[in-house]
Amino acid sequence: MASRRAFDIRHQTGFPVVALTCFFLLYLPIAALVVYAFNAGASVAVWQGFSLRWFVTAWNNEQVLDAAWRSFRIAVCAAFIATAAATMAALATTRTRPYRGLNAKYAFINMPLMVPEIVVSVALLIFFSRIKLATGYTGLGYLVAAHAAFCIPFAYLPIRARLEMTDLSLETAAADLYATKWQAFRWVTLPLLWPGILAGLMLAFVISLDDVVITEFVKSAGQETLPTYMLGQLRRAVTPEMNAISTVFLLISVGIVTLFFIVSRKRT
Amino acid sequence: MATAADIARQARSRDIRGRWFLASPALVIIALASIGPLAIVMVYSFLAPGSYGDVIWKYSPDAWESVFLKRDIFDNSLSLADAHLSIFWRSLRLSFLTTLIALLFGFPTAYFIATRSPRTREIWLFLVTIPFWTNLLIRTFAIQELIRNEGIVNKLLIRIGMIDAPIQMMFTDFAILLGMAYVYFPLMVLPLYASMEKIDFRLVEAGYDLYATRWKVLRHVIMPMTRPGIIAGSILVFIPTLGAYVTPRVLGGGRNLMLGNLIELQFGQGRNWPLGAALSMTLLAIVLLALMVYVRFAARTGGHHHGQ
Repeated sequence: MASRRAFDIRHQTGFPVVALTCFFLLYLPIAALVVYAFNAGASVAVWQGFSLRWFVTAWNNEQVLDAAWRSFRIAVCAAFIATAAATMAALATTRTRPYRGLNAKYAFINMPLMVPEIVVSVALLIFFSRIKLATGYTGLGYLVAAHAAFCIPFAYLPIRARLEMTDLSLETAAADLYATKWQAFRWVTLPLLWPGILAGLMLAFVISLDDVVITEFVKSAGQETLPTYMLGQLRRAVTPEMNAISTVFLLISVGIVTLFFIVSRKRT
Repeated sequence: MATAADIARQARSRDIRGRWFLASPALVIIALASIGPLAIVMVYSFLAPGSYGDVIWKYSPDAWESVFLKRDIFDNSLSLADAHLSIFWRSLRLSFLTTLIALLFGFPTAYFIATRSPRTREIWLFLVTIPFWTNLLIRTFAIQELIRNEGIVNKLLIRIGMIDAPIQMMFTDFAILLGMAYVYFPLMVLPLYASMEKIDFRLVEAGYDLYATRWKVLRHVIMPMTRPGIIAGSILVFIPTLGAYVTPRVLGGGRNLMLGNLIELQFGQGRNWPLGAALSMTLLAIVLLALMVYVRFAARTGGHHHGQ
């Protein structure tokens, strides 16, 4: 025996190598993307020195700023609407004996996760184009509604998980002390629920910010969001400006998700 | 005490009514801006196409017919619609292969994470989740930059002298496969990890005590215990890849279509909304079928699925 190491029952030959390779490959494309955002030349594959010029170019690009600002507004509105609706839905579907329609509610709230995005996109294209014709309204409302709808299941998840960890005894105690239903909710349930709501809000915001397909189909003329603008640009010759935009975008997403992990890890 | 029971029953039904009221905003938003409009797609699939997009309100089975069949323009005879069927077949094949690749690489990765110490486990898990929450388009774009003719991989291979001319990787099935496996990899690892975390390693030890080899333990002890995770991960990868739109559009180009792109084409240049609607409904049907198979499997393995 060459090695006298104890026999590790958890070990499987080759698994760590495959796993570490996967982690490497998972981050290699993103790392390359970020590195070439700082390229001084116009190539996304040949390094020509460090420079911030592409970030400056992106910052001075009117279309990029316009699309980013629109993405932000839609994500904020959709995330707030989705989180409010998801909080109420979570209160309605937890901490109770099973009742008629409870499972149907679960299923329906999670349905946007199961139907292929392209099918929903097509459905909304048809439905909203009818409404646009009938009412003449072509504002951002359609995008906000569509985003809110597919964000609800994501916001619902952490809120429901949080609610299921807290039992009803504190609310019952509040009621025994003559608190009204609203007072019990405002001063007992809500503070307990807060981390879940915050987590749901952040997830919904990131999910809305990232959406390409549904936005591409629902948007009216001149309503580019940052992802649909980028999708359009990818068809042309790509300069590191795209890398610069992507880098900033990544930074925001990763920042929010990291925050989400910190918030949701504060369990007790 | 009938009255006390009555009061309790009344309170209960008031509680349930209140719960419907609370859930209503979420239900209404999803009904109006996500699920409800699917009914309109169903209706549209039975109408005739307008010449500039949209539809003419007249019943026509043509769209459904042309999903599977094509009519000869000369003698009006019917034959299988090769163009559509081949795209269906391509999509199914690519999704299946993507799922297989993700499973092949995801299984060791999930196992690796699950066998770390609890503290480092969280960090590895976090590293898998981060790409999942970052923009799908950006991740696809990152792959594109790597494999373009003038991309990093080709530049590197030429410099070290392995090839003289760049290998054409963009706009091939390989590019789509690579992109989709990359993009959906975390969706495979997470459910696999969830089921591996619960492995009872005393059973693994028992296997070794009975002179099983590592492979036999893997095959007959670990894999059966992680079956719910394997099924869940596979379904989570298979379903979105089947309807994938962004990745095949960016990496596959105009010729290597998948189902999602074929549907989009009918609403864009194709100007055949009923056909697009019928194709969408077919995709939805396949996805629902896959989900039903999943529920069946999950119920049998007694996995994550709630019994009620």
